[in-house]
Amino acid sequence: MPELGSAALLVTFGLSLYALGAGWAAAAQGKRRLAQSAQNALVAAFGTTLVASVVLLVALLRNDFSFTYVAKTTSRALPTPYTISAFWGGQEGSLLLWLLVLTGFAAFAVATKRRWERELVAWVTPVLGAICAFFAFLLVAVASPFATQVAPADGAGMTPSLQNPYMLAHPPTLYLGYVGLAIPFAFALAALLSGRTDERWLVATRRWTLFAWAALGVGQLLGAHWAYVEVGWGGYYAWDPVENAALMPWLAATAFLHSVMIQEKRGMLRIWNVLLVILAFSLSLFGTFLTRSGVVNSIHSFTQGAIGPWFLGFIVLVVAVSLALVFWRLPLLRSPTKLESVVSREAAFLYNNLLLLALCLTILWGVVYPLVSEALRGEAVVLGREYYDFFLRVFGLPLLLLMGIGPLVAWRRASLRSLVTTFRWPTLVALASGVILLALGAGSSIPGLVAYTFSAFVATTIVLEFVRGTRARKALGATSWPGAFASLVARNRRRYGGYVVHAAIVLLAIGIAGSSAFDSVAEARLAPGESMTIGAYTLTYRSLEERQTQNATEQRAVLDVQRGGRELGTLEAGKNAYTVEAQVSNEVGIRSDPLTGEDLFVIAEQIDPDGSVQFRVFVKPLVNLIWIAGGVFVLGSVIALWPDAREQRRLAARAYEIGVPAAR
Amino acid sequence: MTAVALAIAVFLAVAVVVYVALPFLREPEPESDALVELDERERRRLELLERRDRALAALKEVEFDHRTGALTDEDYRSLVGPLRRDVASALQALEEITTEDVPRPPEEEGQPVRARTST
Repeated sequence: MPELGSAALLVTFGLSLYALGAGWAAAAQGKRRLAQSAQNALVAAFGTTLVASVVLLVALLRNDFSFTYVAKTTSRALPTPYTISAFWGGQEGSLLLWLLVLTGFAAFAVATKRRWERELVAWVTPVLGAICAFFAFLLVAVASPFATQVAPADGAGMTPSLQNPYMLAHPPTLYLGYVGLAIPFAFALAALLSGRTDERWLVATRRWTLFAWAALGVGQLLGAHWAYVEVGWGGYYAWDPVENAALMPWLAATAFLHSVMIQEKRGMLRIWNVLLVILAFSLSLFGTFLTRSGVVNSIHSFTQGAIGPWFLGFIVLVVAVSLALVFWRLPLLRSPTKLESVVSREAAFLYNNLLLLALCLTILWGVVYPLVSEALRGEAVVLGREYYDFFLRVFGLPLLLLMGIGPLVAWRRASLRSLVTTFRWPTLVALASGVILLALGAGSSIPGLVAYTFSAFVATTIVLEFVRGTRARKALGATSWPGAFASLVARNRRRYGGYVVHAAIVLLAIGIAGSSAFDSVAEARLAPGESMTIGAYTLTYRSLEERQTQNATEQRAVLDVQRGGRELGTLEAGKNAYTVEAQVSNEVGIRSDPLTGEDLFVIAEQIDPDGSVQFRVFVKPLVNLIWIAGGVFVLGSVIALWPDAREQRRLAARAYEIGVPAAR
Repeated sequence: MTAVALAIAVFLAVAVVVYVALPFLREPEPESDALVELDERERRRLELLERRDRALAALKEVEFDHRTGALTDEDYRSLVGPLRRDVASALQALEEITTEDVPRPPEEEGQPVRARTST
């Protein structure tokens, strides 16, 4: 069957090239049937990539070690869920997943186009064809998942840290985000190529951008939780290059989601918006390059291969072609309106954009600095946590505050009187929170205290927006308070979904500040029966247990946990020794308090033959708010993404008014 | 390659070629093969419609913010005037370029402009 997989990928490559060439010719010459044929090629490319993916999946499930990829990434002892996750656990498989998602999205985008998008989609097709062709080429010629060998008796197994349930969801979710950004990019380039730089490309890509951005956000949170429970160092984000690789396009996409509102409301920032979409997609390519090329050392960079130079060349090509197109179309992108006041909502969004971009570029510089320093001085200098933490405070804290200020300021301009009225309550609540927290001893970390105070400000603005809005809807005739609330959200899903996302960011900020600025740590070597204390907790090492699972030998130190003299039960921390992989992993013990959001986090750093264990224990206040923030983030994203019938009718009516029926 | 794999590959190749050629197979000699594009007049109309809708949306938001108390009376008055003028000028420009009959949207596809301005 590997030949079938290879043949399917070769056909995908051919179809992508056809979509590129025929699509270009059709769009340039205005030929309808050729354009449709090129779009069909993209849909067919999804079908053939699906066939290739099924071939690989079947080979994984059948432990067919004649596939080099299967032998490299799995073993007979590997549990079935992880055998499935091996699909994206290695370089070739993850590239195939990229192509599968890309062709799937491309097929969906061209198959569901509306009549008023036809003109744009004709140009979208060759752009997506080019991106598909690049990935198909890599899989056909550089990193084929269908390479074969004489089958060994067993495979090499999977890196232990990847043998975690989060690996079933984290990489695919992240890929949905990375790849999803290709669609807004293709529409932006189509707008430039066709010269149709009106609002249509923004309307056509709004949901794609939101979806990709939400998937990137959720994927990162899943990854952070994976690092927290699996990597076993006591944290969830280490400013690792590959973690940063996902954060950068998310920051660029966040900036775009805000600045696009200025274009929709005021017709401003057209050049800026196109540049942000190009930046977001280029950074998503860069992220894949970082993860898959092995160019930087990272705990997440599981593979190294020959794809690096190809990827780098493609990124350079994408950036160069995109910027050339922007330059060519500059006269069409000039905005008809200008900023009226520096105290307005659009100005607040602009400041937010500048801060997001500054943070994004600072992180980018941190990621590439080891490469630059190695090229210039022959020595790779890695910028440490202090560098990133410093800039997170410098740009992140004002960003947090702006999240509260933006919704309070009117579009166009706001008077001092209006500002005093709207800022009064949030400011009072923020100041009161700051004073109370200072009195409670939170002054030990000034950035933490500032983050809490700003969070209180933003949370108050969000509550006020919902309360005022619901009251206004009730006054406008809603029959009940819940009805008024539902009507408020339903009538402006993006605005109120956005506020829910802001609430998630507030929870995230509180969780990060609490767990990083106010955490505590203790270390001790304990023999069975001995105890240690940290904060209000007392841990007594009771015994060491050993058990065998399908693919590993587990050693667990069992600890009795008390807080303030009250028994809280037991906690287990230890190590897994993986037989096939010949590797050992840390398996941490975590006890979460659902009331305070605090975690007791135990690492068994070293287990000695005499049964004594070196423990490292953390108390992380409020850390669970980070994971709760994930749920709130999803809720806000779903609200914002939910189809708005009113808006669909408005777009349909507009299309009808220019004589283009909106039906598909 | 096994016989099954070969058969699937052949089927795949044929299916793909047919599917890609489908637009030409369905319409060997179409009346028109031109991609529907907007002419200059339609493009201008689209720009004006976007301008009108943008101003209407802004007007709605200002009115709602005023109602919620987020905007003072003074700010509301200073903002609402220019926005109404924007809407009026877009509507006037639309009126000027509409020389022929424009089909009315069916009920399920759109609503009259006035209905969409209410909050």
